[in-house]
Amino acid sequence: MSKTILLIEDEQALQKTIGERLSQEGYEVIPALDGEIGLKLAGTKKPDLILLDLILPKLQGLEVLKKLKENNETKEIPVAVLTNLEQIETVNKALELGATTYLVKANYSLEEVIGKVKQFFNQ
Amino acid sequence: MKPENILSQLNIFGQCKQYGISFWQCPQFLFLIMGLINIASSLTAWSIGNKFIDSPEAVILIVLSVTVILFIIAFIIVQSFDKLAQANRMKSEFISIVSHQLRSPLTNLKWALDFLTSGNGGMISEEKKVEYYKTLSENAERMGELIDNLLIVSRMEQGKIVLKKEMISLEELIRGLIHDFQPFATASNVKIKFKAEDKMPKIFADPYQVKLLVDNLLNNAIRYTKNGGMVEIGLSSRKEKLFFEIKDSGVGIPKEDQKYIFQKFFRAGNALKQQTQGSGLGLYIAKSVVASSGGKINFKSEEGKGSTFWFTLPIK
Repeated sequence: MSKTILLIEDEQALQKTIGERLSQEGYEVIPALDGEIGLKLAGTKKPDLILLDLILPKLQGLEVLKKLKENNETKEIPVAVLTNLEQIETVNKALELGATTYLVKANYSLEEVIGKVKQFFNQ
Repeated sequence: MKPENILSQLNIFGQCKQYGISFWQCPQFLFLIMGLINIASSLTAWSIGNKFIDSPEAVILIVLSVTVILFIIAFIIVQSFDKLAQANRMKSEFISIVSHQLRSPLTNLKWALDFLTSGNGGMISEEKKVEYYKTLSENAERMGELIDNLLIVSRMEQGKIVLKKEMISLEELIRGLIHDFQPFATASNVKIKFKAEDKMPKIFADPYQVKLLVDNLLNNAIRYTKNGGMVEIGLSSRKEKLFFEIKDSGVGIPKEDQKYIFQKFFRAGNALKQQTQGSGLGLYIAKSVVASSGGKINFKSEEGKGSTFWFTLPIK
């Protein structure tokens, strides 16, 4: 069975690019355009990995992360933060809340991000 | 220290000009004044002390009052240092906010290009490719807009904007902008109504600046109005001024955020939730334009119900 990835990202352009590229690699991608929907879908769809942006409408990314980790149903789902925020306090906060990894979008190409996802599932 | 460095240190007026603050707030200038007062007061105290040697109280009094003056000047100097430090901090914040805002569209551009140019691009249809080209163009435009706004703000703050005033019809300008915004309004399912009094006089103003002002208010009104909403614009003349009003049925501005709404980079909490894009510069620019044109701008707003922004501009 293919692995499912929940992509919580409000930029439609990125939803499309990352989503389609992951689908090409054979992953099932569930899109969520805001924090609230993302949190809800995490509970109902139980994805194998969550890619989480931090600046999100309705519910901010760090809040989503906190709620995911507080809930017994979702706390085991690995969360990779994928954002353009790179202040050290934000990075530390995300890792403290239980993020598996923290990727700054500007530092990676699309292929490198896809590579990271593949690497994650191959471990 | 090289001789030319010493000379540049001595060029107090040049240095103060660089800071962009008045001489009475410029530390270098105040230090010079304080030094001169120090020398003058020592000489005065000495010569007065010589003459009135019989009355030590008078000497004490003079020395005390000179001390008080020096103390006040020192206080002003400390304050101006504080101002410079604050300006410096704002600059760092500015750079951090701007670079983050530029990074989002930049990532969109970069990754869309990655997608199109990678070998996997061959797997997508022509139709999809066109979608990606659209993404590229939209994001390039978004970056361009942000840079335009930043340049406007920077010019405004340096006082470098020269108003090119001419006789313009505000009514025509508004109608033109409504026409330009129609596709955006239709896409957002927002109706725009415009009502102007008969025979509106022309105003003597800079058309580029006024366009910027109305553009920002109209853009906000549509952007923050929920689906199926309405934006109503009114234009009337009041004494020597034109009165413009724009009312939306949008998300409104929470009470606690209202006092900051014209500040640079500030975005209301609910605006952030509704729309993660936005520079927080629009209303700051609008206020600066109105202020430099001799008018007034303000608003009333209720969260969840909508906002009404208004401004006045002098006719002559």
